[in-house]
Formats: sequence, C-alpha cells, structure tokens
Amino acid sequence: MEWDILIRIFPQVLVDGVTLGFVYALIALGYTMVYGVLEMINFAHSEIFVMGAFVGAEVLLIMQASGALGSIPALPLLVIVLAAGMAAAGGLAVAVERVAYRPLRGAPRLVPLISAIGVSFFLQDAIRLTESLWRNAFFLTYPTIAFFDERIRLVATVDISVKSLTLIAVSILMLVGLSLFVGRTKLGKAIRAVAEDQATAGLMGINVNGMISLTFLIGGMMGGAAGALFGVQYGTINPYTGFIPGIKAFTAAVLGGIGNIPGAMLGGVVLGLLESFAASYMSLLSGGAFGAEYKDIFAFSMLILILIFRPRGLLGEVVREKL
Amino acid sequence: MKRSRIPVTLAVLALVAALLLPDNVPVSAQQNVIKIATQSPLSGGQSTLGVGIKDGAQLCIDQQAARIVTGFRVQLVPFDDQAKPDVGVANAKNLVTDPDILLVVGHLNSGVAIPSSEVYNDNNLAMISPANTNPLITDRGYRVVTRVVGRDDVQGQVGAEFAGKDLKVKSVYIVHDKTAYGQGVAEFFRDNAPKNGIQVLGFEGTEEKANFDPILTPIGARNPGMIYFGGIYDQAGVFFKQARAKGIKALFMGPDGMDSTDLPKIAGQAIVGMHYTTVAGPPAFYPGAAKFIADFKAKYKRDPEPFSAQAYDSCWIGLTALANAIKAAGGKKPTRLQVTNAVRNIKGFKGLTATYSFDAKGDPDPAVYFVIQIVSSDPAKWGQNKLIKTLRIKPPAAKK
Repeated sequence: MEWDILIRIFPQVLVDGVTLGFVYALIALGYTMVYGVLEMINFAHSEIFVMGAFVGAEVLLIMQASGALGSIPALPLLVIVLAAGMAAAGGLAVAVERVAYRPLRGAPRLVPLISAIGVSFFLQDAIRLTESLWRNAFFLTYPTIAFFDERIRLVATVDISVKSLTLIAVSILMLVGLSLFVGRTKLGKAIRAVAEDQATAGLMGINVNGMISLTFLIGGMMGGAAGALFGVQYGTINPYTGFIPGIKAFTAAVLGGIGNIPGAMLGGVVLGLLESFAASYMSLLSGGAFGAEYKDIFAFSMLILILIFRPRGLLGEVVREKL
Repeated sequence: MKRSRIPVTLAVLALVAALLLPDNVPVSAQQNVIKIATQSPLSGGQSTLGVGIKDGAQLCIDQQAARIVTGFRVQLVPFDDQAKPDVGVANAKNLVTDPDILLVVGHLNSGVAIPSSEVYNDNNLAMISPANTNPLITDRGYRVVTRVVGRDDVQGQVGAEFAGKDLKVKSVYIVHDKTAYGQGVAEFFRDNAPKNGIQVLGFEGTEEKANFDPILTPIGARNPGMIYFGGIYDQAGVFFKQARAKGIKALFMGPDGMDSTDLPKIAGQAIVGMHYTTVAGPPAFYPGAAKFIADFKAKYKRDPEPFSAQAYDSCWIGLTALANAIKAAGGKKPTRLQVTNAVRNIKGFKGLTATYSFDAKGDPDPAVYFVIQIVSSDPAKWGQNKLIKTLRIKPPAAKK
C-alpha cells in the first residue's frame, strides 16, 4: 500500500516542488546579482521579499474593501499586484543600498554584512509596527481569488492550481527577460563591466554607482514579485515570513554558483524539488520514523554533498564571467 | 621597559562595573501593595489570546480587588512571555525578585507554563492557569500550580469519542505542531482513536507555517475521513485552508487551540462546519458571564477572547485566596507560601464559568469539556458557534 501511494503522489510532489523551486529561484536572483556585482551578501533581501508580499496583500485588501476586487478580471489584477509589489520592493532595495551599504563601500568585507543583518531586523519590525498601527494585526491573509484557486487536471491523479501555473509562468518570463537584459542590452553590459572591475568600468565612463543601484533595483523587483506570488500561492504572510525562504533562496544561489544567474534558477528548482520530495517521501520511506520536518536536514545534507564535489556550485565553473 | 596595562585596565573596568551594575539587593517591599502578575503572549502570532488574558485579569482587579481584599491596594503587573519558553522563564526569574508579587495568572501556552512554573515552585509563588491544558502542568504535583481548565488527555479522549461515535469517522490523519500542547493532545487523540473504531493513517509533526503542500499530498493520497490538527489556530488556519484548496474533502477537527476569531480570518470558508473540543467555551456559553461580556466590551471596545473569562476567574480565585490568607495572617501581608496554601483550600467557589473545587494536584474537579462546531467564516459570528456537547468529567487520578 505504501509503495502504491509513493508512485501515485510522485507527479503531484513534482509539481509542488517545481512551484516552490521557482519562488526560491526568483528570490535567489536578488542575492546572486548583488553578490556578482559587490561580492557582498545582502541579508536584508528576505525583508525586501516580504515587502513585496505585504504591498501585494495591501493592494488586494484595499481593493477588496472598496469592492473593486470582484469587478477586475484575474489577469489584470495579477499584473497590478505584481507591479505594486515589485515597485515597492525595488524602491526599498535601492534605498537600503543607498543608506546602509554605499557609505560602507570601502570598508572591510564583514562590515556591510553586519549592516545588512541590522537592516534585516530593522525592516522586520518596521513592517510589523506599520501593519499593527494600520490594521491592528501584523499577519495578513491574501483575499481568495476564485480564478487562481481553480485546479487544472493534468492526468487522473495530478492537478495543478491556476496560481501555481501562473507562478511558474511569471517566474520563467522574468528569468528569461532578466537573462536577455543582462546578456544583450547595453545597460546589462555595463552591469557586467562593473561586476568585473569597478575601477576600470568607471574609467570607461560607466556610472558605477548608477549601475549598482540598478542591480539592487532589479534584484529587489524580482524579490518583490516573488513576495507577491508567494502570498497568492500560500495565503498568509507576516513580517517574519521572509526569513526561511530567504535562507533557502540564499542556499539556492550558492547551490547554483553564487554570482551566476542561470545558476540561481537551477539552484532554486533543485532545492525546491529536494525539499518537496524529502517532506513527502521521508515518512513513507522510513515508516513514519522520520517525518516531514526532517526535510530541511535532508535538503541541506544534499547541499553539502553537492558542494563537496562541486565547491563553486552547480554552474559555478561552467561560466567564467560573473553574472 | 613597557609596563603591562592589563591590571590597570581591569581595575578601571571593575570600578565602572561596580558603579553601573544594579546591586543585587531585591526590590524593597512596599507596605500596603500586593501585586498580581500575568504572564501571556502580548506580542507575536498568539497575542490576540494573550492580551485577552491580561485584559480579563485587569477587569477582575478593577471590579473585585477593592471589595475582596481589604487593607491592601492590588495592582496588576503584566509580563509578555511571547509564547516562548525561554522568555517565560526569564520573566519568571525576574518577577520572583519582586516581594510584592504574591500570585501569577498565566500562561497561555503549556510549553511556556511548564518550565516557568519550576521557577514559581522554587519560590513558593502560586500560579493559577486560565488556559494550560497539558497534563504535566498538574501531574508534577506542585502545590503552587492550580488551573481552572480541563486537561489534554481528557480533551483528546473527548475528541476521539466524538469523532468515532457521533461523527462515525472511520479513519484519521493526525498532524501536530511539535509543542508540548499540540503534540500532547494529538497523542491522546491517537491513543483513544482505535477504541472508538477509528484507524490512524498517519501521525506527523511540523513547524511549517506557510507551505503545507509536501505534507498534504500524501494525506490526500490516503484519503482519510478526518484530519485532526493538534496545535494553534495561526498554523492550523493556513493548514486547513491549503488542505481544502488541494481538494481534500476530509472532516477537520482540532483541540481548543482552534478557538480564536483569527481562525476564520485566516482560513475563511475552509473551516466552516469543522468541530473542535475545548476546555473553555466562548464567554457567551456561560450563563454567569453576561455581565462580564458587557463590562469587557465597555472597557476594551471589543468582545472578550476565549480564556478572558477564565483569566477573570483565575484572578478572582486568587483575590479570594489572598483575602483568606490575609485574614489568617491577622491582617498582615501573607507570605507566598500562605497564599499558595490558601489557593489550594478554595472550595465551591462560584466564578463566571463554573463552580470551582480543586483536587490535590490542582485540577478542577469536575472539569467541563465542550464540543463546538464552527458555523461561519465571518470572524464577527465566532461567538455564535454551535455548542454540540457539554461534558463534566472528573480529573484522572495522579499517576505515580
């Protein structure tokens, strides 16, 4: 009976894992781009992600309160929510860079890291304070949008909700768009130049600070989009929601090869799948001895194994140039 | 030769430390003030209930203290245990240094109350719990510990009996939150399920708060007749919502941790029709609590939360015990031990929620258990939830 279930749920677990993986991938982009350009880990990125989730929720809740929610079709609604989340998170990321990182540009490596951790704590409680004053509750629930909760039957035992499909589609669109932007446009070239050598790029007439701000803006926007999609997908958010997905996405970035954009995507999906399969299969395979709560131990053990054999991440050695 | 600066630096540091650090002399006692402390989460995901406990106790002191306790001014000192064991214990160590604190009303979480009450026990400080249901609270046999609510072992048993006999459930999948409370009540449900004709398909703990997909997929594949969630509403709400969204049709059930207006806020339609067992009904279930509800609303501009009335009763019992202890001490301020003994000697006390007597462990005898069905996804209609069953059950004898 157990083996029967094991096989029966396989496609469903796969679908859930891919969905989760793309959330990680979108967040991981923010970590990896900033690392690519500044060689610094922006630990406040998980709060930038949460910012996107909160602004998305607020937009939906305000529309719900004004009665506009029912009258707007689902897709334009999604575009509005995503745009709001991305704008807020991107703006916040740029502001954080300007206030907390730029003044420390010349300082030793650990100093901006500490600053990032401080910003992370500050933002968590700032969001909590604002929401508590504004709504008298600091965990928000996304209003249910019927269209997104519909399920599409793939085969007899597997279905996927419209919101998971949307999440995957939007993520792929953004990831492809970002790759094209960084690889094919003049601005993308300028970012890559700054990543390679700030001083020389500056001498070639590239606005280094501008490019760094742009990197934060893009990474923040991706994080904000991930936040809004996360909210639509999983329903409930609070100011501390970002911590775990943030850590996981950072892991995904390292797994894929930090500083490498396709690597972040790959790392995100691999981690999402590992986690999903570990959580669903662990207790089935061990006869209940190891429950779903061991999923992180399993996922991170795999990570250690992968990094032992490929210390620079899955794609870290393939691509020489950063970003 | 350069002289080492270390001894000088150390001396200066010691001097500065001596000037800055507070001396370890306990706070000096005030002559005619008695303080009652509350310990409950005033911040964080469970603060709705925690603030409700503090407010219930405050209302009791406002209305009853001057009438019952003569010769002393009674003050409430609220502490925020954040629903975290380490914070609860730190608060406990802090509050026992104040000699005016003669009683604690708290906690919300058994996982916090158990370690914190070790500190109270070492200091003979009486704790009256308005909400803790874990058997260990009283089974340790501490004289300082008394509670006004029932126990998880009985609650798990009531839940399993109701599911098997009244709802005719044949199979159950049990999920819990890995806390002393959630896992405890889930285990008692599991142990009682087979006796009531229910097959247990799975038993799983999780601390996850957002994404339950990986847990729900195997549950869906096993198609249980019921899912029992041993835990608290902030996690259970998300879990139930995602379970329904995944197309799982099982009945839902949970313990008294479900009892909050935040559950429908989080889970919406998903939880309509589900049952939960509780040791503390909504205040509206108690005939004696009508005036309390009106007074609470007048003072705090919102409905009392679950456990607010129990907090009021806990505090009221405490005040009565204080008055008895003062009388026995000839009008002088009683010691903590005297108050502790006075609490245990309370018999046939008529509170808002029940008439209370306690057994030797500090469990109410008898304790009242309810089975309640949720009728609406509107948080404003939480008070109209349907009372399905009321049971009066004697506490189990102390296990030695």
